[in-house]
Amino acid sequence: MPNERDELTGTETTGHEWDGIQELNTPLPRWWLYILYACILFSVVYWVLYPAWPWINDYSRGVLGWSRHVELNEEIEEAKAYRAQFVSRIEAASVSEIAADRELLQFTLAGGRSAFALNCSQCHGAGAQGGVGYPNLGDDAWIWGGSLEALESTIRYGIRSEHDETRDMAMPAFKSDEVLDDAEINDVAEFILSLSDSAGDASAAERGAAVYVENCSVCHGESGEGMHENGAPRLSDFIWLYGGNKADVVETISFSRGGVMPAWEGRLDEATIKQLAVYVHSLGGGE
Amino acid sequence: MANPAEDSPGGALSEANKQPRYVRRKKIHPKLAFGRYRIIKWSALIALLAFYYLIPWLRWDRGLNTPDQAILVDIPARKFYFFFIELWPQEIYYWTGLLILAAVGLFFVTSIAGRVWCGYACPQTVWTDLFIYVERLFEGDRNARIRLDKARWGIGKILRKLGKHLVWILIGIVTGGAWVFYFVDAPTLARELLAFEAPSSAYLTIAFLTATTYVMAGWAREQVCTYMCPYARFQSAMFDEDTLLVTYRDELGEPRGSHKKDASWDARGRCVDCNQCVAVCPTGIDIRDGQQLECINCALCVDACNSIMDRVGQPRGLIRYDTQRNLEARETGADTRARIIRPRTVTYAAILVVLMAIMVVSLWTRSTLEVNVLRDRNPLFTLLSDGSVRNGYTYKVLNKSHDSLSLTLRAEGIPGATLRVLGTEAEETEVMISARPDQVESFRIFVHAPLRALEGGSNDLRFLLMNSAGESIDIAGTAFVGPDK
Repeated sequence: MPNERDELTGTETTGHEWDGIQELNTPLPRWWLYILYACILFSVVYWVLYPAWPWINDYSRGVLGWSRHVELNEEIEEAKAYRAQFVSRIEAASVSEIAADRELLQFTLAGGRSAFALNCSQCHGAGAQGGVGYPNLGDDAWIWGGSLEALESTIRYGIRSEHDETRDMAMPAFKSDEVLDDAEINDVAEFILSLSDSAGDASAAERGAAVYVENCSVCHGESGEGMHENGAPRLSDFIWLYGGNKADVVETISFSRGGVMPAWEGRLDEATIKQLAVYVHSLGGGE
Repeated sequence: MANPAEDSPGGALSEANKQPRYVRRKKIHPKLAFGRYRIIKWSALIALLAFYYLIPWLRWDRGLNTPDQAILVDIPARKFYFFFIELWPQEIYYWTGLLILAAVGLFFVTSIAGRVWCGYACPQTVWTDLFIYVERLFEGDRNARIRLDKARWGIGKILRKLGKHLVWILIGIVTGGAWVFYFVDAPTLARELLAFEAPSSAYLTIAFLTATTYVMAGWAREQVCTYMCPYARFQSAMFDEDTLLVTYRDELGEPRGSHKKDASWDARGRCVDCNQCVAVCPTGIDIRDGQQLECINCALCVDACNSIMDRVGQPRGLIRYDTQRNLEARETGADTRARIIRPRTVTYAAILVVLMAIMVVSLWTRSTLEVNVLRDRNPLFTLLSDGSVRNGYTYKVLNKSHDSLSLTLRAEGIPGATLRVLGTEAEETEVMISARPDQVESFRIFVHAPLRALEGGSNDLRFLLMNSAGESIDIAGTAFVGPDK
């Protein structure tokens, strides 16, 4: 019942009263109302200019043709144009030149990180820590070489891939090819483990030395130092791609091992391949 | 109070229901006052406007490659320069501190003397005052302005109004112009603005602030305080019975009435009902009605009333800054003095002092170098071919100084641990790094430790940073993770 008047001010009250305090129904200034009308007018103009009303299957698109999607695409194009200058510099430079250029290196590492997550992490792990059969790319043990150039070749051509330039060397399966018998395999396994001081049977290791020189040293080196050209892993270190237990080593000698990595040439562009090489090199184990 | 609707049940709409929902604004033509408070108000106006317009032109030498503007908010570089203080974005809490100080300062002042902020220092008041001053120059004082508003449109009226609005817009442009100078080097931007080479954002900002200044100070004026400002509404929560408020003393003034020269002052109040207190009021209220939410405590009515009291030969102080407690005390004849020191003001003052002390101490002890260490989580560690363990870290150095720093970094806590910075070959117990001035440098650090030096799982590791004189300037503790044993 908003019709009482306050005695002191002569203003109408709202009829609300708390502890003797009455709420006055003070009229708003008229411009306040005009602002409301202006807002209504604004909204009508807005409906015409911008996307506003939902239809059943569509919406009113507005005569300006503005949309978030258009804006986003423009921003993506801008970002691409900005990146293009770096990409063209990467394409022109060699991997070692990229690594030496502080500004380019920063861009390359950021790009390499995301390309790695997208293409490599499925096998090598998000942190490049690898797993059984998938090399850890952060350590300093490299089967095919850990220099920038070697990494670039490995990524570009793959390992035992379909590519013509691929790295393709296979280890003999000494048991199934009937080159060595079980005893010889046992001895040579003990010898190989002794290279990293992990052998259990010293006399077997001693016997295995001769077997090693005859069958393994051509590729793995006389003291088990490995050979990048042949993709022969170093045997005298503590890193075992397929496990360092004696049973694992025996299995490897008996039936051979050989992982496959796809060639990325053709799948990824030049710049991305170089970015990946530089990124992997930066993980800590690059030579 | 009788309810008219109840008096005439079922009758036509009562008279009260005819109150309009919206009313036309009653235009206020404040008259020029003379006196102590008007002088304070002019001084505040000149000081504050001078401060606002001139501060961006103050220079402060910071050496090469750093801006020499005393106060500068450098948004692209994300730096705030305030004389000898330079704040980085991660020190935004100093801003927070400053805003809290401002708020508590306002509470403190309000608990002592009410809305004096509103009356003397608020930009809305200052610019409105300036605009009314301009209006007076073109259209004369109150009575002349009222006459002019009522007069028919003619050449004279058009010229006066036109001149006033032009000057208002000019002031608006200068106001907006000064604002943008706080964000870019002022002399450079001023040259660009005049040559029409400044960025469009500068012109847009100036245009926007010109419009708001013109509308708020020229047209909206006291309505901003009455209808828009939230501070005006909650300030009364900070008043108490000891707060000094502009008060009309009815026990002296009433009964009011006009007074003929030489007539007796017996049996009447001192108020001669000249309405001067209303005429000078920038919010158009009658202070004799008591405390009202429109009152900004500016005391121009005190000046006006005192002038009149002088003329009629009565003592000053019919309207004055006074407290509620004094009003009541006078009725009982008790002591009337303003109690400025009381729990409320002491509390606000204590908060102010503590906050200021915290700010000063933290600014004083603030280092120009900051270090952040982030340990790699994936992988937690890498086993190397010689059986040792490697952990990776991102080591960030914020060099807030203007000099390039040559630093030595050492890893401590694990015997035999060595470190290497990505991009260098050296694998040493300590490595050299350098940090460019005003930059955040990020280093990838690899720490190697022999397996035998490690306990299973996490080991404590400290990065010790030394300056070129070999003094330790930062120790950052982190962890080194190895395989479980």
